[in-house]
Amino acid sequence: MNTRALSYMESLMGEPISRRAAVRSGLATGLGLLMGNRLAARAGVSKPSAEAKAKSVIQVWLWGGACHIDTFDPKPQAGPDYCGPLNSAIPTNVDGIQLGQSLPLLAKQADRYSLIRSMTHGINGHETASYMVQTARQPGGRDVYPCVGAVVSLLKGYDAGYEGLIPPYIVVTQPQGRFSEAGFMGSRYKPFATGGDPARSPFVVEGVVAEGISEQRQRDRRQLLEALNSLPKAMPDEPEWAALKQRETQAYDLILGDAGKVFDLGQEKDDLRERYGRTTFGQSCLLARRLVEKGVPYVTINYSGWDTHKSHFQTMQRKLPELDKGLATLLEDLSGRGLLESTIVWCCGEFGRSPRVQWEAPWNGGRNHYGKVFSALVAGGGFRGGQVVGSSTEKGEEVKDRPVYPVDLIGSMYELLGIDLEGALPHPQGQVATVLPAAADGIQSGGRLKEIM
Amino acid sequence: MATAGSPGELFERPSDWAPQGRIDELLAERWRQSSIEPADLCSDAVFVRRVYLDVIGTLPTAEEAREFLLDPSPDKRGKLIEHLLARDEFADYWAMKWGDLLRVKAEFPINLWPNAAQAYYRWIRTSIAENRPYDQFVRELLTANGSNFRVGQVNFYRAVQSRTPEGIAQAVALTFMGTRAENWPEDRLAGMAVCFSKITYKPTGEWKEEIVAFDPSREPAEAEPAAGRMTASFPDGTTVQLAPRQDPRKAFADWLITPENPWFTRNIANRVWCWLLGRGIIHEPDDLRPDNLPVHPELLAYLEGELAGAKYDLKHIFRLILNSRTYQLSPIPKSDRPEAAELFAYYPVRRLEAEVLIDALNQITGTGEQYTSAIPEPFTYIPIGHRSIALPDGSITSSFLEQFGRPPRDTGLESERSNRTTADQRLHMLNSSHIRGKLENGPKLRALFGAAPEPPRRAGRGMRRQPARPVADRRRILENLYLTILSRFPTDDEAAAAIEYVQSANAPREGAIDVAWALINSAEFLYRH
Repeated sequence: MNTRALSYMESLMGEPISRRAAVRSGLATGLGLLMGNRLAARAGVSKPSAEAKAKSVIQVWLWGGACHIDTFDPKPQAGPDYCGPLNSAIPTNVDGIQLGQSLPLLAKQADRYSLIRSMTHGINGHETASYMVQTARQPGGRDVYPCVGAVVSLLKGYDAGYEGLIPPYIVVTQPQGRFSEAGFMGSRYKPFATGGDPARSPFVVEGVVAEGISEQRQRDRRQLLEALNSLPKAMPDEPEWAALKQRETQAYDLILGDAGKVFDLGQEKDDLRERYGRTTFGQSCLLARRLVEKGVPYVTINYSGWDTHKSHFQTMQRKLPELDKGLATLLEDLSGRGLLESTIVWCCGEFGRSPRVQWEAPWNGGRNHYGKVFSALVAGGGFRGGQVVGSSTEKGEEVKDRPVYPVDLIGSMYELLGIDLEGALPHPQGQVATVLPAAADGIQSGGRLKEIM
Repeated sequence: MATAGSPGELFERPSDWAPQGRIDELLAERWRQSSIEPADLCSDAVFVRRVYLDVIGTLPTAEEAREFLLDPSPDKRGKLIEHLLARDEFADYWAMKWGDLLRVKAEFPINLWPNAAQAYYRWIRTSIAENRPYDQFVRELLTANGSNFRVGQVNFYRAVQSRTPEGIAQAVALTFMGTRAENWPEDRLAGMAVCFSKITYKPTGEWKEEIVAFDPSREPAEAEPAAGRMTASFPDGTTVQLAPRQDPRKAFADWLITPENPWFTRNIANRVWCWLLGRGIIHEPDDLRPDNLPVHPELLAYLEGELAGAKYDLKHIFRLILNSRTYQLSPIPKSDRPEAAELFAYYPVRRLEAEVLIDALNQITGTGEQYTSAIPEPFTYIPIGHRSIALPDGSITSSFLEQFGRPPRDTGLESERSNRTTADQRLHMLNSSHIRGKLENGPKLRALFGAAPEPPRRAGRGMRRQPARPVADRRRILENLYLTILSRFPTDDEAAAAIEYVQSANAPREGAIDVAWALINSAEFLYRH
């Protein structure tokens, strides 16, 4: 690991540079624990193995829960009480696989992805279901577990030799806010959220890009800060200042250096930007591709607006084409650049939506939360394309065969990433915590997705 | 008012070190034994800022700082301490701290529900505002019955991730005994869990309302024989026979809240010390165990005795600590012995907590945050201008607070709050639109820079040439800026550097904003010191 990467790692971990530093800074609530963690991490059982097929993950999170019937599991024969106006299915370029009528671009490349039509966990609350789908754990235990992104950031980020200046776990654009992504592992493994809107020009990545402040002014005022920073001059030996300075240097590497240019979508050709769609979601997909290209191991696109209790079909008319354009172009673009082989793309929300449309007031054509069965799309990184895993019943109300629980999907991704499923996660109180729940934890499982790996 | 000379003079006041009370005597003795030279006393400027931040989580205004600095009376530090202990923000700030420990959070994973979180918070804040004795505060939390919407304190039993008797016993042990029950022998936890085995949670007709109450008919804990009297054993090994209709929580509270209890007084005395001095006499403060010894047993024993003697008036302990010379030491160590830090021979610098930091930035600039909570419906909107230290609910969405280490309130562990500095925090402070908007548009800063803009540097035809802003004016504006942001006057060197920067800037307004930007990004602003 080069020194810059090392220092950046330290900065993101926000960890004391030495034991003495920690003691003196007085921040070391948990010093012993921290040290314990570092030792544990070093002795760590959990290391990505050499034969990993996947290097990066793009998570397209349909925040709020998208309806499986309208998207990846169409049921035109179920009738208008179930389908509303979205009452037809369209063929894809793979024989026997159909998609909802609003996804024609995705239909052209079904060979690149597989559909899981039997996702299930039975939870209908947003937060508990989000937690379940992204951590594979049943909510309600004493611990809050880290989500997939945080685990990948632990095992594929700076601790595992990642050397980029761009943080290893990026959220576009806003964090979910409701559950702490890093869980008990703490702030060191939290994502960097870009903020801003990639569909606007310039894309103001919070902290990295400041509109209208010239480089000269950035440099001038940095000098001014140096001149007026009187406390460190009076106590130059304080280790906290060295750490602060180091973090500042890294911040300026992103502000003024080349690394931050990854966020400059203006470097892409206009026609490609058009193909992704000039929407926040479309340009977020483009950004995700650029980040993966630079080696960022985990990118989450938090794509909101799917919690459609009311005006469901009006909203779908707008959102589905947006999803179709962005996701289809992402798969095509990744594939064209040879990145799809090493990049897992997974797309789902915390649950599906009730198959039967709620036509009655006050919903007037809405869909409720539905955790009993829903769909997910997976592609790349070792997942085969052109397959369908599992199925739902005639009207999309139950799992018909091959249930897939969150632990099965997440476990499969970890396997492709070369992550040891029984490896230890650093727990602040030294409790035993493994990457995936053990069978003994009573988590339901339908088995990993061997049929598409 | 400029201070010249060595950089240290701004921050400390050379002085002969004479103990002012028992705390100082006890520590001075230890320092002598360990050949540690304590730091000098902190300067008035450092003190005023420190004590505001530590006691009320709030930056002094420019006027408050100026008034204190110019006050010639010798007992002004003591008077300021009394003033702050009586301020409303005292209750806000310490209700925030207790909100962390008592896990006041409407949503996942604690799931109190907004009305219940509000009721819980109100009860906590009121208790602190009324200075309810700490032993009574704990007793009420442990023994209350009633609706989660109406009897706020019953939410203690709901603010746990696991409502099993063992899960509750662990939360009680952590919160009020400062100890990690998951490391206990199993039978000790099981014995204590019996005390929490008769709690029932009953829904009512109102959505999400729940009655939390003692229910003698509840099935006994698994380990207990099915009929007759229950036996609970307390963590110190004593046992108690409980009559069938006796609320075991009361028996537990009776055992817990006494000066003789080996955990109760020790835990809270040590925590208060840790909150004010950045490090516990036993550290971490919520990890009391036989092999984690106090670094100064007599000091801790003294504080415990004082607290019990004052009938658990926590402000008494605050007073003792804040008035000690130990608390008032400068942050600049004089000894490089490694024990100097753990023996409190200087004041440790610590980054401001997330809520305190954003409140300070808002106070300086005259801006506010819009806090909302979008789940569940109906949405919660907090009025702009509501202070962050006074947010009632840990579920309120805020990326700034998340980024700067607000605790998730999942477990009640002190270590959940992170005051470490990370690179993305640096990015945010140096270069985000959020902070920049405050500096550029904040009405208070605008007013401070002068209602009338700096005259343009050109004499147009037919226009009277306006004089440049007089030097004295610039100096006065700069002083106000320093008092507003750093709670002190600038030195001559600082004033010269800042004024020169403004004069050579493209536009004077940009230059002035950059000076404010530099000050809020200085270590002196970002850290308690």
